[in-house]
Amino acid sequence: MNIQLNNSPDQLPGESLTIRDILLIKKFTFPNLVIKINGQLIRKPQYESAVVHEGDVVEIIHLISGG
Amino acid sequence: MNWLLIQEKLKNRSAGIAGAGGLGSNCAAALVRVGIGRLVISDFDRVEESNLNRQFYFRDQIGQPKVEALKTNLLRINPLLILEIHQVILDSENIPELFSGVDVLFEAFDRAEQKAMIIESALTTWPERPLIIGSGMAGFGDSNSIRMRSCGNLYICGDESAEIGPEMPPLAPRVGIVANMMANVGIDLLLNS
Repeated sequence: MNIQLNNSPDQLPGESLTIRDILLIKKFTFPNLVIKINGQLIRKPQYESAVVHEGDVVEIIHLISGG
Repeated sequence: MNWLLIQEKLKNRSAGIAGAGGLGSNCAAALVRVGIGRLVISDFDRVEESNLNRQFYFRDQIGQPKVEALKTNLLRINPLLILEIHQVILDSENIPELFSGVDVLFEAFDRAEQKAMIIESALTTWPERPLIIGSGMAGFGDSNSIRMRSCGNLYICGDESAEIGPEMPPLAPRVGIVANMMANVGIDLLLNS
């Protein structure tokens, strides 16, 4: 399926994937993330249940310590 | 927009700043210099010597609560500033209450897990309000990797990669770039809405 990931087009296997699947596929290992699917905030407990489909806009922002 | 009109518009606008460290103290200074009318600033910490390499405090303020020291410094820039300070540890319970009345909110925390907490809390409580965050600013050099990207009403400033560590201290120049970039995003939103 084709999605928009962090403002860039991205092709991922299958017709739907959970956020957890995408994190594994993309090797996003940072522990502190802010994730949105089509503008909707996805909290950590929802990573296994939130599903991404063809055409969805996904933002995965990893937060870096320092300030 | 001319300088008089900018001041006139910003006089009636407000911002919340969660954290008064390197990002928060310098972002606040920039906002006050251009004439923001009201600020709500929260931080539990006290000024330490190690803060002076990047934070808007002075040697004779070591030991003072950061919000008190920052109040002194900001009022020296603009005595007419309406400033609300809270010396508390922010959590998902008190964030909605403390920052309820502001036009934009700045996340200026230090640790990544705290940043995640305030972002989740703020986006859940105020899905429509702009939230400006800083992420990735440790070390020195490579100014051009620092940028802003927006994701709906969430604005991310920083290089999104340089994590602090023993060999990557946060230092005035890069922290200042991100703090001022955050302030710049904020005033752009405040002046154009």
